[in-house]
Amino acid sequence: MEHISRLERAIRGILLTLIMVFFLFPIFWIFLMSFQTNEDILRIPPSLLFSPTLSNYQALITGKLVSAAGTLDIAFMGNLWNSVLLSTVSVAVALVLGVPAAYAFARFKFPLSEDIAFTLLSFRFAPPLLVLLPLSLYYQQIGLTDTYVGLIWVYQLIALPLILWIVRGYFEDISPDIESAYRIAGHSWWRTFTRIAVPLAGPGIAAAGLLAFIFCWNNFVFALVLASADKQPVTVGSLAFVTASGIQYGQIAAAIVLSITPTLAIALYAQRYLVEGLSLGAVKG
Amino acid sequence: MTQFAPETAISPAPVLRRRRTKLLPYILSLPALLICIGILVPFVSAVYYSLLRYRLNLPAMKGFVWFDNYKNLIYDVEFWNTVRVSLLYTGLSVGIEVLLGLLIAILLQKPGRLNNMMSILLLLPLMTAPALAALMWKLMTNPNFGILSYLLQLMGVADFKWASAPSSALFTVILVDVWVYTPFIMILLLAGLRSLPKQPFEAAALDGVPRHFVFFRITLPMLLPYLMTAALFRLLDAIQQFDIVYSMTQGGPGNTLLVFQVRSYLEFYQYTNVAKSSALLVILWAITYTLSNIFVKQHLKLRERARGQA
Repeated sequence: MEHISRLERAIRGILLTLIMVFFLFPIFWIFLMSFQTNEDILRIPPSLLFSPTLSNYQALITGKLVSAAGTLDIAFMGNLWNSVLLSTVSVAVALVLGVPAAYAFARFKFPLSEDIAFTLLSFRFAPPLLVLLPLSLYYQQIGLTDTYVGLIWVYQLIALPLILWIVRGYFEDISPDIESAYRIAGHSWWRTFTRIAVPLAGPGIAAAGLLAFIFCWNNFVFALVLASADKQPVTVGSLAFVTASGIQYGQIAAAIVLSITPTLAIALYAQRYLVEGLSLGAVKG
Repeated sequence: MTQFAPETAISPAPVLRRRRTKLLPYILSLPALLICIGILVPFVSAVYYSLLRYRLNLPAMKGFVWFDNYKNLIYDVEFWNTVRVSLLYTGLSVGIEVLLGLLIAILLQKPGRLNNMMSILLLLPLMTAPALAALMWKLMTNPNFGILSYLLQLMGVADFKWASAPSSALFTVILVDVWVYTPFIMILLLAGLRSLPKQPFEAAALDGVPRHFVFFRITLPMLLPYLMTAALFRLLDAIQQFDIVYSMTQGGPGNTLLVFQVRSYLEFYQYTNVAKSSALLVILWAITYTLSNIFVKQHLKLRERARGQA
């Protein structure tokens, strides 16, 4: 590698700069837009020099947008709350259900175990609407349409397979000898599970939980089909907001910034674990 | 995969213990099982609906018609348009993502502070909700104030319509797809590249083998399993694309972006034709099922290997 010429280094530098610009510029630009008034946004040519304003965020947080045309109600804070609630509770439920199941799949060979694990994995790749559209008809009959319970139930489709497959891998990495020794010392199965296995797989469980949270937060189609306005998360709510408000570009940008900040923050915080999780354990980071 | 045998533990009441430990894995995986069944019910319903004449606005007409919906689709020009658009979208976006992702992974291969920081920052688009990413690009390509429209105008391309013209709509949504998902390929290939054994490369360097030869004869073949897994992962997702297209144009302009899932969504909600919508989704499922079988095999091979290294 010591023969890298100056020309090659220059090409490398230019390529990487272009790549970084392409992938980061949109986030940077929307971030700037969120601090601009509509007049600043509409100015041609666009300028990086403007006096930043918090009015867009203010309008979103108070839920009232006062303009020359009158006052517009914005339900965005409701959407944000729905996203927090749906993602957090869904992941919590998936962890409670999924971690013991992952342990069972990792430690015991029992009839059908591989079949169940595979069926769950294959759901990850089935068209979501295939399940969602008939489910929306059933939900209407049993009264689960547009309820948090109904949504959290289908969000398990996203969170549970993810947690099951990632955490299973972490359990398989722990040597069973440690657990056997603890059990022979007279401890119950449950104690072994909670005192030895779960703490040892702790980082993996945390990573799986964070990744599942990101996927739940970013999901769009589940709530689009099953939730009406007051239960919608930010992904669906932002789109509705665009349709409703039309030209309030500054607020739209601010809404996008608030909607993507949590997942971006988690990604930066937990990036070390993301690779393994994203590939469902196929690649070690 | 070593088997943990709880039966060997010393136990005061062996018979009772035995029965309990036999049941234990089932009890533990019961929730996962229930979710399986909970999903299988609507799934079977969808297959059943696809064999009916079933429109929500005409409940009286409901009846069993066997494979008529599928036969009608075969003679439907619109259906073939959906197939064409879906395949174009999938092929082009995944193709570009694999090439670009491979390029970035190679550029960032050498571990170092700057390279690591860049690879982390490149994850950000992947963590952005695709539906919101589409909105971001919509703001940037707005004909009145969009920065990209403005930059194109500076370069002499006036009046480029992005997602609102049939000729450039597919290009625009693929651009967003590439923006969101290239980092996925990149991060998997980067992990793959960095985990390759060092010896073949050292030997090649000693022998003075040309670099392009090393790349095509050593790096690429050794990277192939990672490449396959990453590409199949993306193929499976891209053929089912919904979020970006729906959020950007809702399938328009006209029928230019009616990919499978968007089309069946509109059939269901706009035309209330449950049967046709279900038939479309079952066909899509058949495609993804075939692909995912290949995928699972590939995936498990790689997973075993990763576990072996641990």
